[in-house]
Amino acid sequence: MDLRFRPEHLAFRERVREFVATEMPPDLRAVAEVDGHFEHEQVMRWHRILYRKGWVAPHWPVEWGGAGLDPTERFILNEELELAGAPHLSPFGLYMVGPLLLQFGTDAQKRRFLPKILSGEEVWCQGYSEPGAGSDLASLRTTAVDDGTGHLIVNGQKTWTTYAQHADWMFCLVRTDPTASKPQAGISFLLVDMRSPGVTVRPMLTIGHTPAFCDTFLENVRVPKENVVGPLHGGWTLAKALLGHERTLIAAVGLSRRALLRVKRIAARTLDNGRPLLDDPRWRERIARLEVRLRALQVQNWRALWAQQQGRAPGPESSVLKIRGSELSQQILELAMDVMGPNARNWFEPPTDWLHPLEQWVGPSHCYARATTIYGGTNEIQRNVIAKLVLGLPVR
Amino acid sequence: MDFDLTEEQRLLADAARRFVRHDSPVARARRMREDARGWEPDVWRKMGELGWLGLSLPERAGGAGGSMVDVMVLLEALGAGLVPEPYIASAVLAAQAIRHAGDADQQSRWLAPMIEGRTSLALAWMEPARRYALRPEGTVARREGNGYRLDGRKIWVDNGHAADALVVSALAPDGPTLFVVPRSAQGLAVTRRRTIEEQPSAEVRLDAVRVGAEDRLGPEGSALPALERALDCAAAAAVAEGLGVAGAAFALTLAHLQTREQFGVKIGTFQVLQHRAVDMFVELEMLRSMAILAAVECENEHDDTRRGAVSAAKAQLSAGGRLVVQQAIQLHGGIGITDEHDVGLFFKRMTALAVLYGDETHHLERLAAQPSFLEGVDRPAPG
Repeated sequence: MDLRFRPEHLAFRERVREFVATEMPPDLRAVAEVDGHFEHEQVMRWHRILYRKGWVAPHWPVEWGGAGLDPTERFILNEELELAGAPHLSPFGLYMVGPLLLQFGTDAQKRRFLPKILSGEEVWCQGYSEPGAGSDLASLRTTAVDDGTGHLIVNGQKTWTTYAQHADWMFCLVRTDPTASKPQAGISFLLVDMRSPGVTVRPMLTIGHTPAFCDTFLENVRVPKENVVGPLHGGWTLAKALLGHERTLIAAVGLSRRALLRVKRIAARTLDNGRPLLDDPRWRERIARLEVRLRALQVQNWRALWAQQQGRAPGPESSVLKIRGSELSQQILELAMDVMGPNARNWFEPPTDWLHPLEQWVGPSHCYARATTIYGGTNEIQRNVIAKLVLGLPVR
Repeated sequence: MDFDLTEEQRLLADAARRFVRHDSPVARARRMREDARGWEPDVWRKMGELGWLGLSLPERAGGAGGSMVDVMVLLEALGAGLVPEPYIASAVLAAQAIRHAGDADQQSRWLAPMIEGRTSLALAWMEPARRYALRPEGTVARREGNGYRLDGRKIWVDNGHAADALVVSALAPDGPTLFVVPRSAQGLAVTRRRTIEEQPSAEVRLDAVRVGAEDRLGPEGSALPALERALDCAAAAAVAEGLGVAGAAFALTLAHLQTREQFGVKIGTFQVLQHRAVDMFVELEMLRSMAILAAVECENEHDDTRRGAVSAAKAQLSAGGRLVVQQAIQLHGGIGITDEHDVGLFFKRMTALAVLYGDETHHLERLAAQPSFLEGVDRPAPG
């Protein structure tokens, strides 16, 4: 047993730190310092900076623009970017449809789509959920009917299509065989050009006041049949494969480490009867309780990383990362709110002599963090999956 | 980074699991509840022959010179069988105190026979109304002739009733000091006390107990660092044992969910119980990570790193480990409350481990007191 990173990995961590210190533009750095909301333009500018460095898709094969980093280096790169508060790149191209194209796409599909995902020229969104199909995704009703001229005609409504207003393309699940024996069997994985006639996007605010969510309406949208990825009616396999990618990143330990440090920094500035909360044993204990959870999650993540570095399939140690990581991120922001006390109600209002810049965005972040236990498969669905696949509990 | 066990460690784990299966199933722990000693010298001797009692102790004292990771591997297996021999009390807590405070001769004298399984030890460090304070105040060592006279009282001396010698902390003229007191010493009164987990502990009274200067471990005033190091090893060992205890309680629970039927179906089909089982599984995984962290760091010479890691791990045991065994009882229903079902034995052992060597509050406070806890926190200038 050895918990130390190898010297070459420590050296790589230094390289990443140096890169962030020199390459992150001042306006992004200013947003990071207050943990504010990055505009789409800022996210894409950061995307292009990482692209030029060759680090935008570190997990892709080198021949498609990957960075040729081992799993530990990828982990370190991600962790350092999280610790720096850098913009979170849109995951839909880089982490979702990209890897699926690499695994299931035709050569033509890879050549057409991968380079532009990499460069950031084309932005993607995800069309999975529907108003009537959330956790029960296989009940989705968006249809795609072969019109006999080499096109599928798509009709339906997708929802929670995050940042669809900025997207050039959407990967989605559509029902191509309504007569299939099981709901999962008649679904295909389809790439839709968001500029096609019949596509309408209606953005909506989240409770964190970011315009992250959209309803996306599809009315007689013509999509070439070559935009089906994998076998026709075989889309469910792709949907499930997506869950297996880059699991050590899902715990977001870097983000939680950064967030807990910010709680301490706020507590050092928050006075109660002249004494900083950070010097009050009651508050120290509450912070320490989350520090314990953070350390446990960190070692858990290292164990999953070790398995990955050894080329092993993700084991039980990685199945719990999403549940614990998302819960912890919420608990930390909730503690930040508690530390702020009456200031916790602040909604974007700028800092003043009684409100520190660290506090400005905590309220909105706390609100939006409620999404972490919902997206990527709710934590309840995660528990269903672990109960069945890891614990072997009986299915009714 | 490396999270794999070595070949030797895998063999050790196999041997320990075999030992539990053949020599010390839970039924034996149950039987030993009726025994005055609470454990069997023959089994202790066998553990010595297997080389288990000196796993992490120095070779010059007859130990194997291994690490606390070896101890972790062993104790997870022994914990799953609730093996009643006083492994942590004697081979970790008392032994590490002697190792850290004693000179080479003292280590050989007291550790070698224990490592062979011929003797057992105990550490007497706790006093009434002092919770987990390391500093002895109610036990005093006065210089007398060439030696000392010890007076005072110690509580919760695990294995004190059976130990051949006790390591006792006492306040000497130059500060807290450790002494080795043979069980046969005049003026030493040991009262056996029952515990929740039925592994006997003891209250010890020292009334004008005379010991020689050669029984003093290290110079006067050297006790606290040695005690702290010994307790860090014991806490890490407790997390490892707790992992075994909680893991076994969880295995019983899973089996129950897969066989017990109500409303015409296996109760494991109910989503509310499935999710509870997953919550237990998540805590177990976190506990395994923390057991590793504690085992690797509990001998770290860097105080901040060692204290932070051990305290975080022990706090995790007290919170997460208890959740597992409490929910194990809950998911068993009425049968879980009966003395005849094993799940209650695991529950009780975990309940004890939670408060041994520092409870959750103690360790959270300790974690928060380390400089690394405030690393990166810029404090505003006062005023």
